Amino acid sequence: MIYLDNSATTKPFPEVIDSFVTVATKYFGNPSSLHELGMKSERLLTQAREQIAAALKVKPSEIVFTSGGTEANNFAIKGVAFQYRHRGKHIITTAIEHPSVSEPCQQLEQLGFEVTYLPVNEHGMVTAEQVKKALREDTILVSVMHVNNEVGAIQPVEEIGALLAHYPKTIFHVDRVQGISKVPLDMKKARIDLCTMSAHKFHGLRGAGILYVRQGIRLSPLLAGGGQEMQLRSGTENVPAIVAMAKALRIALEKYDKQIDYLHEVKQAWLNELKAIPEIQINTPVEHSAPHIINFSLKHGMKPEVFVHELAKSDIFVSTTSACSSKKKAPSKTLLAMGVGEERAESGIRISLSFENTLEEIPIAVAAMKKAIEKLSEVTR
Amino acid sequence: MDRIYLDHAATSPVHPDVVERMIPFMTEVFGNPSSIHYFGRQSRHAVDEARALVAKSIGAKETEVIFTSGGTEADNMALIGTAMANRDRGRHIITTAIEHHAVLRACQYLEKQGFDVTYLPVDEHGKVSPADVKAALRDDTILVSIMFANNEVGVLQPIREIGELLKEHQAYFHTDAVQAYGLVPMDVNEHHIDLLSVSGHKINGPKGIGALYARETVKLSPLFYGGEQERKRRAGTENVAGIAGLAKAVEIAQETMKQKQEEYRLLRETMLSIFAESGIDFAVNGSEDGLPHIVNVAFPGTNVESMLVNLDLAGIAASSGSACTAGSIDPSHVLVAMFGKESERIRSSIRFSFGLGNTKEQIERAATETVKIVKRLTNK
Repeated sequence: MIYLDNSATTKPFPEVIDSFVTVATKYFGNPSSLHELGMKSERLLTQAREQIAAALKVKPSEIVFTSGGTEANNFAIKGVAFQYRHRGKHIITTAIEHPSVSEPCQQLEQLGFEVTYLPVNEHGMVTAEQVKKALREDTILVSVMHVNNEVGAIQPVEEIGALLAHYPKTIFHVDRVQGISKVPLDMKKARIDLCTMSAHKFHGLRGAGILYVRQGIRLSPLLAGGGQEMQLRSGTENVPAIVAMAKALRIALEKYDKQIDYLHEVKQAWLNELKAIPEIQINTPVEHSAPHIINFSLKHGMKPEVFVHELAKSDIFVSTTSACSSKKKAPSKTLLAMGVGEERAESGIRISLSFENTLEEIPIAVAAMKKAIEKLSEVTR
Repeated sequence: MDRIYLDHAATSPVHPDVVERMIPFMTEVFGNPSSIHYFGRQSRHAVDEARALVAKSIGAKETEVIFTSGGTEADNMALIGTAMANRDRGRHIITTAIEHHAVLRACQYLEKQGFDVTYLPVDEHGKVSPADVKAALRDDTILVSIMFANNEVGVLQPIREIGELLKEHQAYFHTDAVQAYGLVPMDVNEHHIDLLSVSGHKINGPKGIGALYARETVKLSPLFYGGEQERKRRAGTENVAGIAGLAKAVEIAQETMKQKQEEYRLLRETMLSIFAESGIDFAVNGSEDGLPHIVNVAFPGTNVESMLVNLDLAGIAASSGSACTAGSIDPSHVLVAMFGKESERIRSSIRFSFGLGNTKEQIERAATETVKIVKRLTNK
């Protein structure tokens, strides 16, 4: 099997599963319980929070655990909007955000908020200058993703953060779901106020995510109840998945240190092979793009879903676009925003790598791709 | 020391078969169900199967089950989701004073949004009266939320009667069944329930997973926006392993329901008869016909904190009420609703809750230890 769909979800590290099983079976207590078993799980929870905070170079009290990236993004955006609505009702985001950012923004528009969606250039990037121009007296939130999930374009988060340092009333949220453990980002240096991460994108488990909430930022909770997570997120803590997430993050960051050069090498090798295929057009920008995402379009009206299925027959897994929208036959939002045109936006294929992928896989996968293209060309002809 | 866990109502150990069921979805079939490739389809299949199983357990249709991150999210979605989607039909909500905080805090949030909430009282057994529900109903009532059984004292609410009287009213009927599900049978059509919340970790399933049943006629706004998962009602990559684990837990719970009821009733009798024989002063909170696994007992002359500390030192894990309120020193809102703020019972009551792995011997030992502690604390 060659798994090239790591931006949709990753395979959990074996050590992560071990941690999960141990905590789920041995330390199953409720962290809110006062007895020994409850206190043990509370200690595990605290430890996981400290480990994650240390890895991200922030304070443990700034880490809020959620059920995943979607919840964290919804929480960040609506939490700011509802908390600071009296300060202003304007939000700035980009045209290429993940649906878990853009959809809450649309929901807020229906509730009387005003949202500016910044366009991107042909490389899939916004600039700090664009943000500056869009800023208003009543702008309460700027939400810009770190790494785009469809094409891998890296946004100038640090520059935007530096700009927003001059606007203390505007909160800065970054969706870091695709970037964490692949593209470094110093959240303090980038002056980020809120930052979203999801465990299952870095070989952790589904059902756990992180919202970094900088000290001093107040949020209106999305889930009310027992008051867990410093009153910000109610619900019994998913301790086994959270402990597993702390382990996944540690291992993923270690792999980054050891293997990032190799990952770049793998990506470059992929690009070289793909460029040589005449029926393919590369969409991922050459510069300022993440080391693990390659997006290309199929020419001559070849159907991307058929291509995906054809490859799956050889146990090779890629995706048409982001998994969340892959069932719709709509053109890629990011590709459209980059201005590649309708046809190219409708035939996008995404390869997404992890530190588990190798150079050795490439010739096998490329051969299968060429075969699939040949087959598809016959059909279209 | 062999520890005795009697806090299953706070959270329960994951059943070994549940863990086993989950592992393949982390190691082999780890695909994102939204992906169109083989892995994605395998995951989708597991999610569909689980949905059918959960639906069947409450007499619902598959399309009416929404997977959530747990009971709190299910309750919040039921309350806030229906209130927001139906605000044009009215802004009145009826609930009870003894609901779980996931319901109560959601109601308080809605009050801030301009909704009007009636909190019904309960009698000294912790029961709500259907007549009170009827009297509180208004033309602009859009939702009635009453828990199936209370998590602190185990009392079962007259769900059938309330469902019956709401049949002709526009108000939706939500029940937080987190504590009762898997221990007593429930059927959404028989009980005329429109929304029902379930949590995995209370029934030996994993944490981080739950479900909300929403009748197909219910208008519901999502809490989480994003991808189109769960028929656009709950965005977020599906926690397939968690969902498969929940399904396994549901399957086991359904199969063993009768057996558990008998088992826990026996444990309850064992515990209470040891208390009675010992001559200590005690009173059971709640009613005899409540959930079989919850025994909430007042020990006059003691105080909750010292009881819990002493029990814990003796290796017995019990609780003062719901785990979510356990951290706070405030007396249980449930006991206050039953006995009033001035009653001594609200400061001297302990909840023992039974579950997987508990034996008669354990209960005997726990009861004997409890007696010793009570005697010591009351100088008898």
